[in-house]
Amino acid sequence: MPTLVSHPDEVRVLSRRFGQGAANIDKYIELDGYKAVQNAIAQGPEKMAGWIIDVMKASGLRGRGGAGFPTGMKWSFVPKTSEKPKYVLVNGDESEPGTCKDHVIFLEDPHAVIEGTMIAGLAIGSKLGFIYLRGEYRYLLKIVEKAVADAYAKGFLGKNIFGSGIDFDVITQTGAGAYEVGEESALMESLEGKRGVPRIKPPFPAVVGLYGGPTVINNAETIASAPHILLMGGEAYAKLGSERNGGTRLFGISGHVERPGVYELPMGYNLKRAIYEVAGGIKDGKKLKAVVPGGASCPVLTADEIDVGLDFDQMGKAGTMLGSGGIVVLDETVSIVEFALRTISFYQHESCGWCIPCREGTDWIKKTLTRVYNGGGSKKDVDNVQYLAENMMGRTFCPLGDAAAMPTLGFVKKFRKEFEDYIAGQKAGTPIITVEQLVGAGH
Amino acid sequence: MADVKFIVDGKQLTAPAGTLLIDACKSSGIEIPAFCYYPGLSLQAACRMCVVRIEKMPKLQTACTTPVTEGMVVATETPEIAQARKATLQLLLGNHPLDCPVCDAGGECELQDMTFKYGAADSFYAEPKNHREEQKWSPVVYFDRPRCILCYRCVRMCGEGMDVFALGIQNRGSSSVIAPNIPAELSPDHLAHVDCEQCGMCIDACPVGALTSGTYRYKTRPWEMNHVGTVCTHCGDGCKTTLGVRSTSDGSEIVRGDNRDKSGINGDFLCNKGRYAFDFANNENRITQPLVRQPNGELKPVSWEVALDYVGKELRQRRDARGGKSIGVIGSNRITNEEAYLLQKFARTVLGTNNIDHHRTADYVSFAQALAGQKDRTASLRDTLTAPAILIVGGDPTIQAPGTAWNIRTNVRNNRGRLYVANSAEIKLRRQAKSFLRLAPFGYSAFASYLAGNAASASEAATDINALSTFRDTIKAEEKLLILIGSELRGQDLKALIDFGLTIPGAKFALISDYANSRGAADMGLLPDMLPGYTPLAGNTTFAEYDTPSAPGLDLLEIFEAAGKGELSALYVVGSNPVTRYGIDPESLKDTFVVVQEMFLTETAALADVILPAANLYEKSGSVTNSYGDLQLVKKAGDRAGVRSDFEMIVRIADKMGANMQALVPFGKGTRADMGQSRGAQSGEADRHSVWLTANNLEPKLSPFDPFAILDEIQRLVPGYNLLRLQLLSGNDQHLQPAAPAPLVQVGSRRDLVLPANDSLFTSGTLGRYSTMLSDLQHNESLRPPTGLTQIETAAD
Repeated sequence: MPTLVSHPDEVRVLSRRFGQGAANIDKYIELDGYKAVQNAIAQGPEKMAGWIIDVMKASGLRGRGGAGFPTGMKWSFVPKTSEKPKYVLVNGDESEPGTCKDHVIFLEDPHAVIEGTMIAGLAIGSKLGFIYLRGEYRYLLKIVEKAVADAYAKGFLGKNIFGSGIDFDVITQTGAGAYEVGEESALMESLEGKRGVPRIKPPFPAVVGLYGGPTVINNAETIASAPHILLMGGEAYAKLGSERNGGTRLFGISGHVERPGVYELPMGYNLKRAIYEVAGGIKDGKKLKAVVPGGASCPVLTADEIDVGLDFDQMGKAGTMLGSGGIVVLDETVSIVEFALRTISFYQHESCGWCIPCREGTDWIKKTLTRVYNGGGSKKDVDNVQYLAENMMGRTFCPLGDAAAMPTLGFVKKFRKEFEDYIAGQKAGTPIITVEQLVGAGH
Repeated sequence: MADVKFIVDGKQLTAPAGTLLIDACKSSGIEIPAFCYYPGLSLQAACRMCVVRIEKMPKLQTACTTPVTEGMVVATETPEIAQARKATLQLLLGNHPLDCPVCDAGGECELQDMTFKYGAADSFYAEPKNHREEQKWSPVVYFDRPRCILCYRCVRMCGEGMDVFALGIQNRGSSSVIAPNIPAELSPDHLAHVDCEQCGMCIDACPVGALTSGTYRYKTRPWEMNHVGTVCTHCGDGCKTTLGVRSTSDGSEIVRGDNRDKSGINGDFLCNKGRYAFDFANNENRITQPLVRQPNGELKPVSWEVALDYVGKELRQRRDARGGKSIGVIGSNRITNEEAYLLQKFARTVLGTNNIDHHRTADYVSFAQALAGQKDRTASLRDTLTAPAILIVGGDPTIQAPGTAWNIRTNVRNNRGRLYVANSAEIKLRRQAKSFLRLAPFGYSAFASYLAGNAASASEAATDINALSTFRDTIKAEEKLLILIGSELRGQDLKALIDFGLTIPGAKFALISDYANSRGAADMGLLPDMLPGYTPLAGNTTFAEYDTPSAPGLDLLEIFEAAGKGELSALYVVGSNPVTRYGIDPESLKDTFVVVQEMFLTETAALADVILPAANLYEKSGSVTNSYGDLQLVKKAGDRAGVRSDFEMIVRIADKMGANMQALVPFGKGTRADMGQSRGAQSGEADRHSVWLTANNLEPKLSPFDPFAILDEIQRLVPGYNLLRLQLLSGNDQHLQPAAPAPLVQVGSRRDLVLPANDSLFTSGTLGRYSTMLSDLQHNESLRPPTGLTQIETAAD
């Protein structure tokens, strides 16, 4: 299990129970656990839902999965009455390369997720929540399952929770190992036992979601933030962050830094400072080359572009994204050609195959970069990769296509010279490897 | 829904709110390309070809998923859009084998068309294309993975359209592949197979050449064929099939059947028989020369003139010596209306006998009787697609009438039609049914009686009495109920059911029969006790100009009984195999002169004294009437040297017998010359026809071999066949109201002669035995894995 890290600049809201054994329900209760949900219930059946949504709206909390949609607003979109049951769905399919924050939450504070699920359920009038973990997090399942079982044992889940007259159940489920099901509608398909491919929108999940019922689906970190927000109040939480970006969030800083780890920093915190102060600077005193700021799908920032605030709006202005908060730091020894190949290889492997631009585009970028990397490239290949990525952007069925195209475009645009030098340098000495040798005949 | 106004490419358009943009544009003549979109199936938005620019939207939008809204402003062909489509095509072609010169789809390929339009001819890729070997999924379905563009039309067609779910997707990303339901590792021969209804709709839906037909692949190119739209010969639905015909050394060979322009009564649908089972026409065992039995018992080929002379002479002698009553005539379910009409007229006026019948697969006599005098109470096949509620009593449309089943499934899926099924077997359509009532074995009579108000029949009708009464109350509460009736209901039972149905406002009825012209055979009077249009033999005025015997003749079984007693001097069989169908003892025919018009040496033909090689329904022109009473034109597609149409043969035999040809087939100016002055019955007949022709602005036909001369007479004389020429000749179906003249013969006065064919999806009576493809499909069925993996449901019979 990973060691927890800390830094004085951290503002510990979500992570305040980390490292204290809060996976144990009694410890969790001791640390104000299950108070937020009781506070909500104390508002009375009439006011409860409105109260929760008002607090969440005031908190300025934006979805921590990467899209940054305001959570309170999302919850308010669910119709008050529905013929079909309503559902709360926790997206724990944390799969974006460089992202490891939900993992720590499930490990250190699983009850926060359960309590958050209950709060979302009360807000939208749902009686059933699902916690969906990525297939590769199967080893976390027993922790979460135990937490759920403990909550049932205490009577917190099940019939008549906290004497409110309201029933609420939680079911856990793991995926089968597909990045694609991190997309909300693909996750619902997967949960329903189908192929994990996304659905056509509209209708959006708030209206037609899981099993056709109105569904709130939130990232695990978003859900886990809810109890803390209810306890401290929306405005107080909002104030911790920057403008239109309330609160704090977990950043997973990895790569070539001295102290990699998951840190909770206020929204808007300076990226450069996060790397050089919080994470202790570049490992072994090397020079910084580039930063992938929010998970592998975010366009890369060069070393001189990192003086920027870590929130959704400032990162957008800088031409990249806050994404899932997975900051990957690359030092001068990294070959961008190799890094680009590794990145696209991931997306090629994870493309669900539903739509043509993503299925074929990721495959051809990977094939082309593989050849370039192995010494068979030409200058035209860089143009081709850029052309492919440009023609994937905005044309795919779901955001995975963009997620693959955006970083690729970033690499070839910002590091074009490195690609060209790489190709030229290879040509001089190394023998050109044939295509068949590279990919194998009859692939 | 209310109409909305929107602008596409600068044009102001109007469509009902909620219409998909791609459809709204199409109906206004703006074609938006798409691979994955298929009207009526679920939306995919996977191919990204239909992207358009909608004002105020940040990205290009897919026209196949966007409903039109008021004030929407859309551009469908801009440089940006063209580039997006071109890039998509470039990606598709990256792995596409580009084997267009040998691909079956070449010339009919949507990928080819799109590439031509957007010019994605340049390739940037150096890597080898993904390749997989082609797979034979069944005798009729082949899969070429490299050509597949993964539009999932086949998957949806099979699942949603056919309710079979034999196809799915395996793997993910660029390794995604369409996979059949029997993987190689579970298959006895270690090859992947489809266990399905073999309808070929997946091939039809495939926009490229990834799925190809076992009967057609690598045979020819689309532009080397003539395409003839005609009517399938196999079941009572009468689907339009387009036959691809190519010249050969001895005629025109049919090389393909498909649903080319989807303009027929069957819409998008065509089943395996309509698509593949045309190959009986090319069977090597076909008879192409008249055969006459020699004194030594052998059949010897003779010339047409010799054969016809012989038949004419023999029939005339036997008629003159022993009377018309000693001659029997058996017609067919697969000949045209004109041939059936001519055959009964020949029997009645030339042979002088009412001993005429055919293999009845449903009780149309009782059906017409029960609906006598009613208007707008019969359903057309098209009604099954739109009726708000449908009740099926008996029958199994999935197997017996696949086009009907397709329509019903589509109706339930897309139009929210309510389906009720009452059957003694768990027929597959129960899966679409709102309510399925399991009837007791042989419980149809009791069920009809129960519906008619006889509560005492309940226990005989079904074991679950509560379900029975709930079912009855539910259907009673329906309006505009379409009642589809299987051949299990006959005589009084059929009448009881129809009488019950008539109490439901707007209810309509249809009776399912088994072959292309089963309904037409009955309508045209191939019956011993009725003239065409179910007109009584005696006392009718319509057919007064016929000189017919007034006493009812022998029915089909009585004809053979008479033969067994030595009372039948001659038997004339046209396109039928009663010996096998009714288990006739061959010995019973030993004293009878037997003439058979056939394609093959069937069990009946093998007993004949003369066999005349016949053309089949794909080799002649005329009209047929489907189970529902929808009239359609058949067109000559194939041709085989040596064979003649039944029409031509009947005319020639009548001529050889010395009959008055113009009385038999009203043709030529001669019909007009007499002007009725001679006052003879025959001249009067000719006059009436001539007067009718003039009144209808029609000319007399010039040839006695022109089926349209008889069509004129059918239209003039047969109640209910008041057809529209323009509709018929333009290849459209038209629904005919049943004949409902004055008192019909009493129901139940004759014995029940209905014998359902009980064909499976892979048989089609005697004819089906000569289809290699149907035989292959039967064999394929036997290759199913031993475990019960995705068994197709079959009828209980």
